[in-house]
Amino acid sequence: MDEFFFFIVAKYNYWASLILLFIGLYGMIAKNNLMKKIIGMVIFQTAILIFFVSIGVKWGASVPIIRFFPDKQPLLDATAYANPLPHVLILTAIVVGVAVLGVALAILQNIQRIHGTIEEDEILEDMRK
Amino acid sequence: MKPFARIILFLCAVMMLTATVDLPDWADPGSPASTHLSPGFIEQGYHETATPNVVTAVLADYRSYDTLFESVVVFAASLVVMLVLRRTSTGTSRIKHFRPKREGRDTILRGAAQSIIPVMQIFALYVLFHGHYSPGGGFQGGVIFGASFILLSLCYSLKFAMQRFKEKMVLICCACGALLYAGIGAVCLAMGWNFLGYAGLAGLLGVTDVMARSHGILAVEAGVGITVMAVMVSLYYDLASGGDMEEGL
Amino acid sequence: MMDQTPVFIIAIPLFASLLLTLIGPLGPRVAYGLLIGALSLSLGASLATMVRVVQTGQAIHYYMGDWLPPMGIELVIDHLSAAVLVMIGVCALLSGIYSMHTAGQDNHDRLNNYYALFSLLVTGLLGMASAGDVFNLYVLLEISALASYGLLARGGGKAYFATFKYLVMGTIGACFYLLGVGYIYIMTGSLNMADLADILSRESLQESVSIRIGFTLIILGIWTKMALFPLHAWLPNAYSRAGTATACLIAPLMTKVSVYIMLRMMFTVFSADYIFNQIAWSSLVIYMASAAVVLGMITAFAQRDMRKMLTYIIVAEIGYMTGGAWLANTAGYTGAVYHILADGLMTLSLFMAVGAIIYRTGDTSANAMQGIFRRMPITAAVFLIGAASIVGIPPTCGFFSKWYLLQGAVQAGAWIFVAALLIAGLMAAIIFFRLLEAAFFGNLDDEGLSVGHSAPHSGTGAVQMREAPLTMLVPLAVAGAALLGLGIYTNEVVTYLIRWSVPAGF
Repeated sequence: MDEFFFFIVAKYNYWASLILLFIGLYGMIAKNNLMKKIIGMVIFQTAILIFFVSIGVKWGASVPIIRFFPDKQPLLDATAYANPLPHVLILTAIVVGVAVLGVALAILQNIQRIHGTIEEDEILEDMRK
Repeated sequence: MKPFARIILFLCAVMMLTATVDLPDWADPGSPASTHLSPGFIEQGYHETATPNVVTAVLADYRSYDTLFESVVVFAASLVVMLVLRRTSTGTSRIKHFRPKREGRDTILRGAAQSIIPVMQIFALYVLFHGHYSPGGGFQGGVIFGASFILLSLCYSLKFAMQRFKEKMVLICCACGALLYAGIGAVCLAMGWNFLGYAGLAGLLGVTDVMARSHGILAVEAGVGITVMAVMVSLYYDLASGGDMEEGL
Repeated sequence: MMDQTPVFIIAIPLFASLLLTLIGPLGPRVAYGLLIGALSLSLGASLATMVRVVQTGQAIHYYMGDWLPPMGIELVIDHLSAAVLVMIGVCALLSGIYSMHTAGQDNHDRLNNYYALFSLLVTGLLGMASAGDVFNLYVLLEISALASYGLLARGGGKAYFATFKYLVMGTIGACFYLLGVGYIYIMTGSLNMADLADILSRESLQESVSIRIGFTLIILGIWTKMALFPLHAWLPNAYSRAGTATACLIAPLMTKVSVYIMLRMMFTVFSADYIFNQIAWSSLVIYMASAAVVLGMITAFAQRDMRKMLTYIIVAEIGYMTGGAWLANTAGYTGAVYHILADGLMTLSLFMAVGAIIYRTGDTSANAMQGIFRRMPITAAVFLIGAASIVGIPPTCGFFSKWYLLQGAVQAGAWIFVAALLIAGLMAAIIFFRLLEAAFFGNLDDEGLSVGHSAPHSGTGAVQMREAPLTMLVPLAVAGAALLGLGIYTNEVVTYLIRWSVPAGF
């Protein structure tokens, strides 16, 4: 039991983000309301961002901005700073997520305008007419 | 279908969670991600780009090709939203949007907005231009700057904001920011370096290669900032008014 | 100072798209000219790169921003990507020229913005085909996906809901890909493809569960994007409800480039040995591919709407390529890569021919084919060549790709795939025979007239229905000629391009 507990604590970042990811994926697949699908999509994307950004953490490391000694010499020790690469990737992925969200909302507005509803089954019924 | 999807998802979740056995522990300094590339960025980044913020240096120099396309992604989003939503006639709507009527003068709201918006904009510029030394950069600065226009249109009205930042101007800014970024890449190309090799700016600016990279980072961050700012405003204009630009939220 | 042509392939359409937004108010002719000019220049750069790759016999590496990989991002153009780049360039240029009338008809206003997105989509596809970095590939994947959502949603009406479904599935696919990249990054610490391949071939990572999960997620994401059989539900509606110009650009290219990414991931980042010996899925994938081929063709047979029929044929063609790639032998791989090139041209010419028929008759059902041979002989001839290629009749290129695929399937002993290929060929023959019969012997006087009268663009009536305008006919004829040309020069294509890219271990 203890081992299982330590296993989870040592890797809790993966557990947290993967559970969040599956909540989002479930929302995207199973929900009938298209707005809820979009909410699921945002949760899904955010879970991946958390997954990525948690890779960058290191024990005893601070933000990856070079600090200077009093004599203006930079402290260039890799163990003193967190890994910068995941931050960069995530900044890009956040922007992509925002772009997709904007487009999804725009298309949803038009669906509502044309079909008069955003419930998937009602839209399908409306399209059969 | 739905119970089936639930079972599949549950099985996937269990499978992926058990597979975490293999992954390195949280915050492990010896994990491959922390030992393969990142020491290189931290140890050489400052000497090669004169930028203490390593994230900025990697974002806008080492991986600047990614960042170029990142600004193009938001530009594409604003184009798509405009193409999908923008329309002039309102006759096609089956459902009327509910829009609360604003009555009277919201003196407190407007007064607060008047005093807060200039501060926001100056702070946005600070975040953008101080990205070399502190957390910040083009995206963050651009978003804050765009938010100031959104606040303006929330506290006053969409038309009021659109008189100050016209729709056509927004679209031009969207394209110009990305064009500035890509243009700097092309200038480097013309100077005999590779695309986006900022060292090519050294001859034009009369500085060393390292400082040229630092200036190049600043210039592309400004381009990203312009694009992101305009895209935020453009997305708000289109989404909040449903595309007819009559009235916002 | 290195050779700068690789970057021009991508940068020219990118600049064109930004400029199109700025100088749009100058009028549709300027926008059209700028688009065509940019696409031609980009195609020229692709051709120059391909010639250099073939002459030197080795891949071109282009370091973005002068940073050496794996720290920086590189473009890698080897034999496989050079062939795909040229295919994308040709298809994009032809559908760009073709779009003059139909795009204007679908987009009275904002034609320049439409063309800007068109150009962005091409940028994304070209970038994907030349990417040497797995994360960069993700960004470009999203650019082309976003642009395609915008273009497909321009179809209006029912297209919005279809596009929304595509958006949800596309996002799931892209996010799975990103998550897979995350797993691989955690275990290796690198993002550059060559560097990843180097690290992944180490003994210690061969058994790793996380790498395996990462690979599974990446492949699942790409399969969603390319609409492999159980994940294909979004494709037919999204593609068949789009405008003609959009369908002609997206239908031939998007799924083919996804297949290219699958090959890249399978054989460049991972290795043939890892996929076929460590992860022994190939028999399962072959079953899926066979199901895609047969069910795609059967569903296509049941459609009355011509564009919908073609979209189901795309689903079947995806099955060919996936099956070929997973056969794990040289003939199958050659067939799959050759089929990427051939299928791009086949789908393009069929969609353009059908688009021209719809443009003149205003009817999307199979009725529109009545008597087409007498009214629009060139369009009908190209349609015939495209159909022959899908069925697999020599000397069109479709025959040779099926020949290689069959050879590979027999060598691998995948009899189910052999059966699927033969059944699909037969089904395709029946589908097209039905259409071509109407096209040859269709009654001009009865149905033809009534169809003609309902047409919005056919002048005063069906009697005067004539060939499509020249801007549609020229690309059509070129695409038809290219189908035959690619078939005749199969040997050269295979010897100079495809054979070089056959992965080690086959």
